[in-house]
Amino acid sequence: MRKTECLAMILAGGQGSRLKALTKTVAKPAVPFGGKYRIIDFPLSNCANSGIEKVGVLTQYKPLELHNYLGSGSSWDLDRTGGGVFILPPYAREKGADWYRGTADAIYQNLNFIDLADPDYVLILSGDHIYTMDYSWMLKAHKMNNADVTIGVFEVSWEEAPRFGIMVTDKETGRITEFQEKPKEPKSNLASMGIYIFSKPFLKKYLEEDGVKEDSTHDFGNDLIPKMLADGARMFSYAFEGYWKDVGTIESLWQANMDLLQDQPPFDLKGDQKVFSSNPSLPPHFVGPYATVKQAMINEGAKIEGDVEKCVIFQGVRVGKGAKVTNSVILPSAVIEEGAIVNYAIIAQDAVIKAGAKVEGKEGEIFVVPEGAVVNAQ
Amino acid sequence: MKQVVGIINLQEGNSLIRELAATRAVEALPFAGRYRLVDFAISNMVNSGISAVGLLLPDFSRAVLDHIRSGKDWDLARRRDGLTYLPAALPDNDSRKGDLKDIYANLDFAELSGRQYVLLTNASYIYNIDFEKVLDFHKKSGADITMVYSKAQVDREGKSVVIQTSTNGIVTDLAEVPAIKEGQKDVMGAYLMPVPTFAYLVRSTYERGGQDFLLDALIRHAEEFKISAYKHEGYVAHINSTMEYYEANRDCLKPEVWEELFMNNDRPIFTKVKDEVPVQYKETASVKNSLIANGCEIRGTVENSILFRGVIVGKGAVVKDSILMQRCDVQEGARVENVICDKEVIITKNRWLKGAENYPYIVKKKARI
Repeated sequence: MRKTECLAMILAGGQGSRLKALTKTVAKPAVPFGGKYRIIDFPLSNCANSGIEKVGVLTQYKPLELHNYLGSGSSWDLDRTGGGVFILPPYAREKGADWYRGTADAIYQNLNFIDLADPDYVLILSGDHIYTMDYSWMLKAHKMNNADVTIGVFEVSWEEAPRFGIMVTDKETGRITEFQEKPKEPKSNLASMGIYIFSKPFLKKYLEEDGVKEDSTHDFGNDLIPKMLADGARMFSYAFEGYWKDVGTIESLWQANMDLLQDQPPFDLKGDQKVFSSNPSLPPHFVGPYATVKQAMINEGAKIEGDVEKCVIFQGVRVGKGAKVTNSVILPSAVIEEGAIVNYAIIAQDAVIKAGAKVEGKEGEIFVVPEGAVVNAQ
Repeated sequence: MKQVVGIINLQEGNSLIRELAATRAVEALPFAGRYRLVDFAISNMVNSGISAVGLLLPDFSRAVLDHIRSGKDWDLARRRDGLTYLPAALPDNDSRKGDLKDIYANLDFAELSGRQYVLLTNASYIYNIDFEKVLDFHKKSGADITMVYSKAQVDREGKSVVIQTSTNGIVTDLAEVPAIKEGQKDVMGAYLMPVPTFAYLVRSTYERGGQDFLLDALIRHAEEFKISAYKHEGYVAHINSTMEYYEANRDCLKPEVWEELFMNNDRPIFTKVKDEVPVQYKETASVKNSLIANGCEIRGTVENSILFRGVIVGKGAVVKDSILMQRCDVQEGARVENVICDKEVIITKNRWLKGAENYPYIVKKKARI
């Protein structure tokens, strides 16, 4: 394999159990978002836009749909000679097979892949977040600081801080002095985004130590980062400014979708960095003669004949005459029949809301109709 | 369909649609919000299982080449077979007009393909067909040549080829007419025949001074062959004039046409992928009976119109009965009615622009009004 400067490894094995019905058949990174995307499109597109040509995607939980979606990587321009996307599921070795026991273990089990790619730096990403970012600037900072580790951080409100891994840094240099995992009394409001750049020999040394430790949870946040800090490694923060959202729960996923509908959305999908995704070959969507559409985002192949307001609508969705769909996210190929009412809901792929049926949640209690389900009128 | 090699003739050269096709081949005209005409011809072949497709390039080929590139978006970037570009014949001293010289110059492609049949189609027609059925029909009919036709739904201006058939579907007369009448059998520019028959037609006609495949090769030799006609039952449009272009686009606003052409799971129409954002409708948007392509941002009113990728309609702007191609910008308070805007036209604030109902006003590429 040709030598790479920076190899990206995307942790995409997460179950996303808090997304409940939406992750019954797919891993969290394959969950649809924003009318046409899946969550993993964001880190993959970021890699493509940052000039990273070699990306390992570590899969584990329900990988079929994710593998199918990634294909050759051509959708992200990552089907490259001597590079591109490498799908890395757990595999059997001489001493038996293991699931990935933690985020660090997933990388540890693929050290031979990293050796093969022979990068100077390894960029670790998670497949759980919605944001656009050019990693090449972070890599520059890493080199300038002559760092062992650079951690992407994001300023959160002080109230939210206890939910995150918090980095306490030296204001002037950005050097990390302390790490607090979900602290009750945070000393800083800089949250770790789960984005790490490691210098490769440094990472390898720590992974090999941690991999054989019995009492480790094999997690970057829990084990490796605190250990590195204790050893006095050169660890720096890299502050990211912009939209960054963890969509780990139904509410946050719904909210992130709704964020797109504002007149000037806080997260602009039309921004400088294009987000790529796999393409389904469907025509422009059709808005019928009796339809009304306001504050919505609608993808190709949809047929809208009813009333739609404050909705994100994916490809191939049908909304029948007289149906009222509001404050909702309708995933690919779902059907809302004539006269049905949908409010504060997420309707998963291929679900059918029958004529005259009613699906209503409320703010803070979003109603989820699972994949393929049929909701009949009362 | 492994026995068939496809050739798509992009050498139509049409003067009736000059306004829009001055800088591009007719076949590269944008259509229905995200396609170009040629997408239908290529997708029909690919969906029918033809894996070797030759594109007979038009004189203005840049737009076509830029659109199709490796053919990957049509699944034609293959290790074996796939897409082959067939360049137009080099002009020489006794340069002739017509497409026959170009077909003649590329005869090798069909003859060396190792296939039994050649399917020649024309990319100025819009339809969705399974050519496998045409091949079955051809084999059963025992004919030398099979052509695909449809029954004309209305009277139409513009050159067309009409046929008369006997009760068993054998063509008894084949003629080019200046206009077509309702009910006549309209040939759709698709011809299926064995490779040797094709080679004989092209070679013998060209060597005797022929210029046009249809007129000189097919029509003049019609008597020598048994020709059968396969009837296509679905929607067909022939883009022969600006009016037909406008009408065919508007036909896509009929749900049944939209479903038939584009929503067939087995036969999708492929096109170049652009990775645009889904359409963003803002609070003041009002949209009825329209096709809106991804990348559009709408704050105004849109009715009975087709918006291509990346069109912006400002607050208070009105778009009615119009076709706006890629990246047009209709600014606040502007109004367009019965208008076709080519790519990247800007209608500045509060300007009004109206064409006639039966003849749309055409705005040239990158104009600022």
